[in-house]
Amino acid sequence: MSVLVNKNTKVICQGFTGAHGTFHSEQAIKYGTNIVGGVTPKKGGQKHLDRPVFNSVLEAKNEVGADATMIYVPAKFAAAAIIEAIDASIELIVCITEGIPIQDMLKVRQKLSSSNSRLIGPNCPGIITPDECKIGIMPGSIHKRGSVGIVSRSGTLTYEAVAQTTENGLGQSTCIGIGGDPINGTNFIDCLDLFLNDDETESILMIGEIGGTAEEEAADFIKNHKIKKPIVGFIAGITAPPGRRMGHAGAIISGGKGGAEDKIKKMEECGIIVAKSPSIIGKTLFNKLSN
Amino acid sequence: MNIHEHQAKQILKKYGAEVPEGVFALEVDELIEKAKALKTEKYVLKAQIHAGGRGKAGGVKILNSIEELTVAAKELLGKTLVTHQTGPEGREVKRLYVEESSNIEKEFYLSCLVDRASSKIAFISSDQGGMDIEEVASSSPEKIITTKVDMDDDISESDCEKIINIYNLNENSKKQAITLIKSIYKMFVSTDANMVEVNPLILTKEEKIVCLDAKVNFDSNALFRHPEIVELRDLNEEDPTEIEASKHDLAYIKLDGSIGCMVNGAGLAMATMDIIKLYGKEPANFLDVGGGASKEKVSAALKIILSDKNVKGILINIFGGIMRCDVLAQGVVDAAKEINIGVPLVVRLAGTNFQEGKEILDNSGLELISAENLDDAAKKIVEAIK
Repeated sequence: MSVLVNKNTKVICQGFTGAHGTFHSEQAIKYGTNIVGGVTPKKGGQKHLDRPVFNSVLEAKNEVGADATMIYVPAKFAAAAIIEAIDASIELIVCITEGIPIQDMLKVRQKLSSSNSRLIGPNCPGIITPDECKIGIMPGSIHKRGSVGIVSRSGTLTYEAVAQTTENGLGQSTCIGIGGDPINGTNFIDCLDLFLNDDETESILMIGEIGGTAEEEAADFIKNHKIKKPIVGFIAGITAPPGRRMGHAGAIISGGKGGAEDKIKKMEECGIIVAKSPSIIGKTLFNKLSN
Repeated sequence: MNIHEHQAKQILKKYGAEVPEGVFALEVDELIEKAKALKTEKYVLKAQIHAGGRGKAGGVKILNSIEELTVAAKELLGKTLVTHQTGPEGREVKRLYVEESSNIEKEFYLSCLVDRASSKIAFISSDQGGMDIEEVASSSPEKIITTKVDMDDDISESDCEKIINIYNLNENSKKQAITLIKSIYKMFVSTDANMVEVNPLILTKEEKIVCLDAKVNFDSNALFRHPEIVELRDLNEEDPTEIEASKHDLAYIKLDGSIGCMVNGAGLAMATMDIIKLYGKEPANFLDVGGGASKEKVSAALKIILSDKNVKGILINIFGGIMRCDVLAQGVVDAAKEINIGVPLVVRLAGTNFQEGKEILDNSGLELISAENLDDAAKKIVEAIK
């Protein structure tokens, strides 16, 4: 088993006919993802990429029975798109969009808490179960089906870790990018819980970065979880200066909190092996599993 | 986006908060003319820079007369203030603010911000006003209370009471404080603020609750709906190279090291800086060229990196996802024709179209060092600048 998505997941795309929506839907279809249609307001009834276009998420859900949606809507409108998907009771909402106002996300979080939907992102590469389902912007070719569950706040740094676990033959069960924003839907703890309970996932890579305390909370969660699996981590930003936002809206050391050293220390205390260099994340896990 | 204290106070006032009357100017003569209109015994002169800790650095002065004010203003304008937030190079004072003096009875701390862990709005209040709140948090955490409230149009009366409870006020002052919390909440949600900090918030001898200092930061992702706030941006307070980078939609932060970095993705960009450090050198910058970088953007990024004279070598690290390595490579080649790179350049390409990218670089006649992976890239650039 993988987590959250597999070959049966019926996926729609919000922002389907736009440039990003089109490109990434095409890529997803090529990868084998079960894309069943898309949403672009006022374009309902048309065909795009040989799939039906709907005016609303609810219409798409009723017509083609979507389980998941991927959102490539501009930042100004992205929160409304997420809320539309929540209102239509879509189980899994993956929002790729970067730059959503933080207070919009507070409203989204309030809405999510009283729903059955799960949000991944925003500002994330998405989620992939190799050979089955790719929802997002990650290059499919670097993945290989295997046993490592990967969860990360970053995009390209995840690709780095993915490629390393592909090269050393471990492969991935599912990779989840939870995004670089300070307020997101699914967090480390949610993903770790899924991976710990998933039979196919034998080990876990957790890739964090400076800012906030999500890594520390996740470390505590792992320490107290009854299921134990080998977990390797990496934290980006040990050289980042305090008070500066390092590209990601959430990557900032503020008020002396959120620094890399504190996170690494806490993770090690809780039994996570933290790779010292981003180039040895895969190797560190491989060595741990070989021992 | 940060704004100045005098701007923050104007916004607070607009939302109903009590602030001292004040005037600001970019020149001393104008400042003095305006200050004459203030009805006050003493004048409080405050340097306007986007950094805290001004008081200790000599950026705040209390003066007894217009004459004293004139002398002090002349001295302060153009002076470089070094505070714990400016870094050792300090910040030049380019604007001044004068306000009426206040009779302080008690000082408090108040701030409002987005709490990441709970996804709520948090108010932080303390009876230890005028001090560094981080110090209070570590020395006497029991003197700080955090109240988390939902995102809504208004804040409830009971939440307001929880927030101000620690101030221990009488009934009259309590009413004013509750009104202030409501004003700040309204302002916070109406302007897409990230943080509003009032330190100190004071109770005057005349029993008034007044915001004596104010620091406000706005969510840059929400500025599209607040053109009136965009107008408050002071480019003098920002690094010119970073302004140039933002014009090209590049996330660039200047650092003190010698190895320039160009990377796609924020996490990988930080990791690249970190690995340079592991090999004993320091990164000269953080630079994320973004996902769909064009040739023009890549070229602009190289120019920005090279404008830093400390740069002795450049490491380009690209893991192509949306970004195609061939587009990146062409951007590097084009930029090299326009500008003299003049320092060792190590390029590591992986992911989408990396073969095509390598071919473009190999056939360009450019002198560059190709790297197999991240580790190899870091080793090679550190070696190359020895």
